[in-house]
Amino acid sequence: MKRPVVIPAALLFAVVLILAMVDLAPPALDLRPLVAANLASSGVAHPVTAVLLNYRAYDTLLEIGVLLLALVAILAVSESVPTTSSTSATSSDLLLPMLGRIAAPVMVVVAVYLLSAGTSAPGGAFQAGAVLAAAAVLLHLTGLLPGWRQPGVSLRWGLAGGFLLFVGVGAILLLVEGDLLRYPPDHAGVLIFLIESGLTLSLGLILAGLFLFLSHDKGDVG
Amino acid sequence: MSLGLGFDLLLAASLLWSGWRALSTPRLDRALVLFIAFGLLMTLTWARLAAPDIALAEAAIGAGLTGALLLDAFGALQAKRAEAEAKK
Repeated sequence: MKRPVVIPAALLFAVVLILAMVDLAPPALDLRPLVAANLASSGVAHPVTAVLLNYRAYDTLLEIGVLLLALVAILAVSESVPTTSSTSATSSDLLLPMLGRIAAPVMVVVAVYLLSAGTSAPGGAFQAGAVLAAAAVLLHLTGLLPGWRQPGVSLRWGLAGGFLLFVGVGAILLLVEGDLLRYPPDHAGVLIFLIESGLTLSLGLILAGLFLFLSHDKGDVG
Repeated sequence: MSLGLGFDLLLAASLLWSGWRALSTPRLDRALVLFIAFGLLMTLTWARLAAPDIALAEAAIGAGLTGALLLDAFGALQAKRAEAEAKK
């Protein structure tokens, strides 16, 4: 009964949305020339990285904070899960662990490449961290890496390290330069790379943690 | 019609189709695979739109990690269901 009403209504809504998109006014402020003009003093050669870690570094700082918060929430919830056998999938399969063993080192190399390429080409901390996390998930799924229960001290430092480093650099710059995350142009490149390295490690651990803390193996789920 | 335009049209059509199928299919496992396929098509779309940064992030996070998480959740659901069946 509802269908004859809902479908036309949804179609009408879609048409209105498309019309609104087409009718959108041009942006009042064109930021592209500004980004291009200040690229030389941003410390990196790639405009996306310059926006993410220099012009709008505060947004990126909050972003990693949100991710860390999400992981803390998961840890708070998943504590109630009873701990079962800590061994991961104990399959007699030889091919899968082999694949994990071969692929994981390559993925680590790819992550480092993405991190270092981020200053001049597409890439950067988020992508590199995601590849690191994917490597950890792959190792977990092939039975080489058991799921994580409670994070130890070093893991906690690893998870929070990127955020702490980011905040620390921001605080020092606040004292030295008088503004949060205003890099001195001479050292911007080094500082951005330092922050990105910390972010990559922490993001990799956080994103992997989203999977590995949740995945409590109850034997091998076929 | 140039080859690029044809590819773009095909991409747009398959994006819409996979998105619709992922939402409408009654089977959860099929929906998951379609969601991952949708993510990969989305990656291609970003690449075609000359946004390689977003394409990288979409491939790694959207299709890769989210897909793996969803598959893991599906596996846990199956295990729980099997447990419930065994208890009956």
